[in-house]
Parts: sequence; C-alpha cells; structure tokens
Amino acid sequence: MALIEVRDIHKVYHMGEVEVRALQGVTLDIEGGDYVAIMGPSGSGKSTLMNLIGCLDTPTEGSYLLDGEDVSHLSPDRLAAVRNRQIGFVFQQFNLLPRASALQNVELPLVYGGAGNTREPAMRSLERVGLGDRAHHRPRELSGGEQQRVAIARALVNNPNIVLADEPTGNLDTRTGEEILVLFDELNADGITMVVVTHDARVAGGTRRIVRFVDGNIDTDQINHQGAPGGNHA
Amino acid sequence: MNLLEALRAAYASLMANKSRSLLTMLGVIIGVAAVLVVVAIGEGLKADTLDRIRSLGTNLIMVFPGAGRGFGPTTRPGRLTEEDVAALRSGARQISAIAPVVQTSVTAKYRNLTHSTQVVGTNTDWAHAMAFEIAEGRFLSDSEVRARSRVAVIGTEVMTELFYGRALLGEFIRLNGVPFEVIGILEEKGGGWGNPDNQIVIPMSTARQRLVGNANVSRIYISAASEGVVPDVIESVKQVLRRTHRVTEMTEDFRIRDQTEFLATISETTGQLTMFVGGIALVSLLVGGVGIMNIMLVSVAERTREIGIRKAVGARRRDILAQFLIESTLLSVIGGLIGIAIGFSVSRALGGTLGWQTVVPMWSVVAAFLFSGAVGVFFGWYPARTAAMLDPIECLRYE
Ligand SMILES: Nc1ncnc2c1ncn2[C@@H]1O[C@H](COP(=O)(O)OP(=O)(O)OP(=O)(O)O)[C@@H](O)[C@H]1O
Ligand SMILES: [Mg+2]
Repeated sequence: MALIEVRDIHKVYHMGEVEVRALQGVTLDIEGGDYVAIMGPSGSGKSTLMNLIGCLDTPTEGSYLLDGEDVSHLSPDRLAAVRNRQIGFVFQQFNLLPRASALQNVELPLVYGGAGNTREPAMRSLERVGLGDRAHHRPRELSGGEQQRVAIARALVNNPNIVLADEPTGNLDTRTGEEILVLFDELNADGITMVVVTHDARVAGGTRRIVRFVDGNIDTDQINHQGAPGGNHA
Repeated sequence: MNLLEALRAAYASLMANKSRSLLTMLGVIIGVAAVLVVVAIGEGLKADTLDRIRSLGTNLIMVFPGAGRGFGPTTRPGRLTEEDVAALRSGARQISAIAPVVQTSVTAKYRNLTHSTQVVGTNTDWAHAMAFEIAEGRFLSDSEVRARSRVAVIGTEVMTELFYGRALLGEFIRLNGVPFEVIGILEEKGGGWGNPDNQIVIPMSTARQRLVGNANVSRIYISAASEGVVPDVIESVKQVLRRTHRVTEMTEDFRIRDQTEFLATISETTGQLTMFVGGIALVSLLVGGVGIMNIMLVSVAERTREIGIRKAVGARRRDILAQFLIESTLLSVIGGLIGIAIGFSVSRALGGTLGWQTVVPMWSVVAAFLFSGAVGVFFGWYPARTAAMLDPIECLRYE
C-alpha cells in the first residue's frame, strides 16, 4: 500500500456556463519516502492535483487514499486536521503572514494543532533551515530565499510525512533556488516524501521520479536514473 | 489556540490599523457614553428629588381643597376652612401635629433691600409637621398665634437677601408694608419643592388679618404619630372631612396626599423617563454595531489571503470564526470601556453644573459593558462566519 493512492480522479471547475476539466481520470501512487517531480505545460492540472493531494480540495470524482484512509469526502474541518498533522506546503509566493515574525509564522501550524508549547519546536524548525538568527524578523525584512526557508520551516514544524512544493523556486534566482533544493534533498534523506511541481528541468533532474502532465492527465511517468537516493541537487 | 494568545493577536491586528479601529469604535464609544450620562442624570435627579421629599418627613400628610387624581388638575372645586381644622383636631386619631396654612406672595423689605417671597400663615405645629428645625431664635408661640402678633420666622434665603446672611433677630422687616419682628431663622433645606428656604412663617391669625383677604385655608399639613399609621390617619381624616363637608366618597371635594405616594410617583416617572431617553441612546450603540460589521467585512476581504494561509496550515472553520469574532468583540469592548470612561467624566462634570449630583449606578456600567460586548459578538458574527466558510484554495489564489 502506497502512502498516496490517487484513483481515477476527476476535477471539474464551473466558470459560469463553461466547464473546465482540470483533471480527467488521474491515477497515481506515491510511496512513502519518494521524491517526485511533477512537470507539464501551464494549465495541465499540476496545481489542481497538488491541492487534492494536500487535502486543500476534494475531487469531483474518484478516490484518494492518504496513508490508507479515504480522505476524498472528508468535511472541511477534518481535512484541516489532516493538513495540519500530515502535510507541509511550500508555495511559489512563500505565503507568509506579513505582520507576523518568522517565528510566529512557523508557530502557526502548532497553534492550530493545539500544541501546548509552540516556541521551542518552532525555533528548532527555524534552526533546521539555518534561520535561527532571523526568528524575530518580519517577512519583508527577509530576502526571498530566506522567506522560502521560513515557509519550509513552517511546513516541517509538525513533522509531516509529506511536503508538497508548488514551484518553490519559481520566484527565486538560480543560486537561491539551488539552496532550497539542497534543503529538499536533506528532507527527503530524512525520510520525508517530497512532491515538487516545477517547470525547471534542473529541479526535476535531482528527483527520483518525474511525472509529466498534459491536459489534465498523466502523459509520462518515469524513474529518474540520474536522481540518486536522497537527491543530487548539490 | 488559547484565548490569551488569540486576544493578543486580535489586539495586534487592531493596532495595525489604529485610526480605522478608533473610528470604528466611535459609534460604540458615543453610544455607551450617552447611555451612561443619561442614566446618571436621571438617577441623580431621582435621588435628589427623593432626598428632598424625605427631608419633609415621611409622616407628613397633606390635605388640599378640591378633588383630583394623583398630582393632576382639580376635577371638582372645593375649599378648606378653619372649621375643618377644628373638626380634624377633635375627630382624627393618631396625629401628632396639624397645621393649617394660608399662603400668599409678598414683598419683604428691610431698610432699602427688598425681596419677593412667600409668606406662610400657620400655627405652632407647622415646624413639627414640616420637619423644620429652627437654626436661630425660636418658632411661633401659641400666645403669638392667639394675639395676632406681628412676628416672623424667616428662611435662610430671605436672611441672605435682606440681612446679607447675618441673623439679625429682633429687627423689623416689612411685609407688604406691615412691620414684623424677626424672631427666628429656619434651618437650611438646600432647595426643594417650592424652595423651602425662601419663605417667611407668621401666625395664621396675623396673616389673615393683615395679608390674606379670605377665610379659606390653602392646605392642611398633618403629621401622623408614626410612619406606620399613615394609612389609618388618612382614613380617619377622610371620614372627618366627608362628615363636615357632607360629601360621599364619590363627591369628595378635597384630596389627600402623603409622602409614600409622592415618592412612588416620582421614582416611577423619573425612572420611566430615564429608561426612555436611555433607550434612545442605546440605538446609537446599535448604529455603532453596524459600523463594526461594515469594517469587519472590509477586513475579511482584505485578509482573504491570510485566511487561506491559516487554513492551509490547519485552521478549522471555528478557529477563523473565533479569530474574527474576538477581533470585533475586542473592538466593541474597548470602545465600551472608553465610552464608560468618557461617560463617567462627563457625568461628573455635569454634576457640578446641573444643580444636582449625577449618580452613575453600577448596573448601568455593567449593562453598558455587557451590551457593547454583545454588540461586538452580534454584529461581528456575520463577517466572521463569512471568513470561516471561505474556501482555502480560493483564498490562496486571491490577489
Ligand atoms: N478555481 C478554479 N476555477 C476555475 N478554473 C480553474 C480553477 N483552478 C484551476 N482552474 C483551471 O484548471 C486548469 C488547471 O489548472 P492548474 O492550476 O492545475 O494548472 P497548472 O498545471 O498548475 O498550471 P501552471 O503551470 O500555470 O501553474 C486550468 O485550465 C485552470 O484555468
Ligand atoms: Mg500551478
């Protein structure tokens, strides 16, 4: 049994009269500890799939088993709990709360998870991404790369088994992007299942499996033989 | 999320937009302050009035000529005479004083100073019935009443106006040109119905001979032996007067008032007035609530992305609901507290200028506080619920 089991999933958006079929019968298994890149042209459904895997959204049709549990029809609050415990998100736009400090941003999942002590785990998570000395800075006082690290620290703070990253290097220059990817390699080496949406062949090159989307469906799904276990972005 | 943390976050969020938060609170601030001030004025007036009435003594029973309901106009004319007083003196039981009064306006003159005032012609029981102490000198004596002596006991205001405040016993003042010797000064009551400090008390016989033309009595003051027997005394006074006036209960041509009735009427009417005006002030609190709702809706729209982020990392609907509800409630409660502070200071400032002390009762403070909190919850509910129901993906896509 795979950690992520997506079975014949459809997602249809209604824009007034127009129906947009964002996903059209996607079936995909991802084993725990895998390192997967999802590629494909714009509008092919990559983000839609990521939102479903991340329990931010539910499919129009089909089923999704996360760690053996069917989460395709859970209530919004149950989904929130699943996201909180099992999944970490990294977005292209970082998505930090602008008025909160780095530390407070990282504390957020702990707060909603009902943790008694939020400060120390958040601090440890920041240190893990190398930002222990930036804890009290606000996002706008940090560089893009640092903001993305804070977002990664936030994704990690509840010890999720899955980290989903939707174009995490899209807003970063090459060098900073590479630092983020090295961090991803480390997380994967620690056993975290990584799924990364990217347009960048170099990002995909360091992963172990590359899934290509076209028009709401999987076009190709290949093992990446260059991608050594634990990744090779370094 | 623990409450203290949530409060701190809500506070920080309000402080991030200080002037907007303050303007939003303004409606609640004004509403709460208005309620407090209105109630303070009303309650102060009530307390003041009740005090003054009580200072007359709660044993006091007043008989007026003419029938009438409550304190309204006379519905059937009538008159009271010395014969009625004599009949009451012999017929009514359990009374400790009975003082008929004739009253008229006069101009009092001392040397070149004049002062308009009321002259009260009565007998020696008057001071007891009206619960007046004599500050200087003495009150009228029986022999002076019998002899129609030209003696006067004056109120403190008269003393101030004619003697520059010195108690000049033994001096003569002229009432409508007739000389009277000042034999006593009444204690100061500090204002009240018909201003008790501005009157001159003389023997009734003298007043009738010199100042008042007719043989009628303006009213009769009766003091019951104790507060407990007031109803009995009233009943027996009625019996006596019906007999002497040859009337029945239906055709009565006099009316009897006592202080308990007076007290009840006064508290009731001022209470109703306070409630009414306070209710109008409450409306402005509601308007303040609408302002809060408006701003909270704006705030939810502005923070759509923040809501999306919070949901993505695990906030449930009730977490978001609580967040916005706490913010709106904090907004209105802070507004309420500021309103209470302003209401207090305005009430105090008014107390110095109105002529009676304002009283801010504890219940009005508690009610204003609770009501402002309720306004925040009530008007914050819809925006908070809107925020809680938002779809996380829509929020994250929102620019
Ligand atoms: N909320 C939505 N409402 C309507 N249509 C949507 C919505 N979200 C996505 N779509 C549509 O679904 C399709 C797939 O979108 P998706 O965001 O998954 O593409 P993508 O592969 O992530 O593209 P990109 O590389 O540009 O990010 C697109 O045609 C998009 O317009
Ligand atoms: Mg996308």
